[in-house]
Amino acid sequence: MMELYLDLMSPPCRSVFLFARALRIPFEFKVVDLATGQQYSKEFGDISIVRKVPVMKDGSFILTESTAILEYLVQKYSGSVADHWFPADLQQRARVNEYLSWQHMNLRAHCSKVFLLRALYQIVMDSEIPKETMDFAVENVKQSLNLLEEKFLQGKPFILGDKISVADVVAIVEIMQPFGTGFDGFEGRPKLIVWRDRVKKELGEKLFEEAHEALMKSSNMPQKLKNSGNFAQLKPILQKFFR
Amino acid sequence: MMELYLDLISSPCRAVFLFAKALGIPFEFKYVDLIAGQQYSSEFGKLNIVAKIPVMKDGGFTLSESAAILKYLVQKYSGSVADHWFPAGLQQRARANEYLSWQHANLRAHCQKVFLLRVRFPVIMGFEVPEETMDAALENMKQSLNLLEEKFLQNKQLILGDKISVADVVAVVEIMQPPGTGVDGFEGRPKLIAWRGRVKEELGEELFDDAHKALMQLSGLPQKLKSSSEFEKFKLRFQRFFN
Repeated sequence: MMELYLDLMSPPCRSVFLFARALRIPFEFKVVDLATGQQYSKEFGDISIVRKVPVMKDGSFILTESTAILEYLVQKYSGSVADHWFPADLQQRARVNEYLSWQHMNLRAHCSKVFLLRALYQIVMDSEIPKETMDFAVENVKQSLNLLEEKFLQGKPFILGDKISVADVVAIVEIMQPFGTGFDGFEGRPKLIVWRDRVKKELGEKLFEEAHEALMKSSNMPQKLKNSGNFAQLKPILQKFFR
Repeated sequence: MMELYLDLISSPCRAVFLFAKALGIPFEFKYVDLIAGQQYSSEFGKLNIVAKIPVMKDGGFTLSESAAILKYLVQKYSGSVADHWFPAGLQQRARANEYLSWQHANLRAHCQKVFLLRVRFPVIMGFEVPEETMDAALENMKQSLNLLEEKFLQNKQLILGDKISVADVVAVVEIMQPPGTGVDGFEGRPKLIAWRGRVKEELGEELFDDAHKALMQLSGLPQKLKSSSEFEKFKLRFQRFFN
C-alpha cells in the first residue's frame, strides 16, 4: 500500500492528507514527529535525503514535495478524481499551476514565518522576537492574503471558479498554520472566511477538523521540542531559519 | 502574437526565454526594466497586480509564474514540443514537478539572495553586507547545490535522465545568477560544470550566451538603481524580503 510520511503540524502534509482522504485514496499514515526531530533520524534520511515532509512511497517510487505528490495522485487516480481538482483544460490548468508556483515564496513562506517566529523564536534564539522582525512578518502575511483575495480569488467561489481544486487545499492549510500560535489570518476578511467554509464543506468538515487537530492543540510544542533529546542538535538548524 | 514580458537579468525570465526560443515558439519580447522599477508602474500593474516578471499574454489570457508559463507552452505546443521536455509518464512527470517545486525555496531563493546581497544591499541599505549575513547566504547556496547534485542529478546526464527537460533549464538559470556578481556556484563542482555544458549544447550555445549577456554586464547597476524614481519601493521590498 502507498505510504505517506506525514506530520499534520506541517501545512504541506495536511494538504496531501486532506486530498488523499477526501478522494478516498488508500494509504498508510507513517508518522514523522517534527517536534522531536525525527526527520533527522538515519531511517528517515534513508527515505529522503532532503529530510522534509511530506514524502510519498508508492511501491519503490519515492516522491517529495506536496504539489508533486498531489499531481501524482491526480494523474494516477485519474479514473476516480474529477477533472475540477486539476483541470486538463489549457487555461484552467495554467491557473492552478500559477497558484501552486506563486504560493511557495508568498503565502506559504509568510504564514510559516509568523508561525515559527511565535512558536519557536524565543526558545531557539534565547531572546524576544525583535519588534521589527515581527512587524515585517505580519505585514508580509497581509500582503499575501491581499493577493490571494485580489489576484487569485477575485470574488469567485474557489480559486479556479465554481469548483474546488488542489489550489484551494494548498492555500487553506497555509492560512491555518499561524492559528497554532493564536494568529488569525482570516480576521477582518469576510470574503476569505466564506471561501474557507466552502472549502471545508467540499473536503468534509469532520475531516478538516481532524487534519487540524494537532495544530490547534500545539501550544505545548515549544516545550516538547525543548525537552526532546534532540534539542541541542536541532537548535543550530532552527537558528539558521531566523537569521 | 503571444507576448512575453521579460527582463533577462531575471532568472525565471531567462528560463522562459530560453525555452521559447529553443523550441521555436513565436513571441513578441516586451521589455520590462526591473532596475528602473518599471514593474511598479500602474501600466504594468494592470497586466500583473503582483508586479513581477515573467508575464505571458496569449490573446486575452494573461499568465504569471515561469513554471506555469513553461507548462502552458509545453501543453499548447504539444504537437511540436518533444515529450522529454515535460514527460507525460507518471513517474517522470512527478520528478519534473518535484524539482520545479523544490527549487523555489531552495536553489532559486538561495542563489537570488546571494545575488541581491552583492548587487543591491549596499546601494539600498547604505552600508556593506554584514559578513555573517553573506556567509549564511553562501552556505545556503552551497547546501542547495549539494542537493541538486546528490538528489536531483545523482549520476544522470540531466535531471530526468538522458534527456533535457524544463527542470534543467529552470535550474541552470538560477546558478548563473550569482556569477553576474563574481560568485561562481559552479566552482569546484565538475559534475555541475559537465551538466551545464550539456544543457547549453541542447539549448544552443549562442542562445544561452545571448540570454545571459545583460546579466553579465551589470556594472552600471548601483547608479541606475539609486537614481530610479522607485528607489523607496525597492528599499521597502528589500527590507521585507530580508526580514
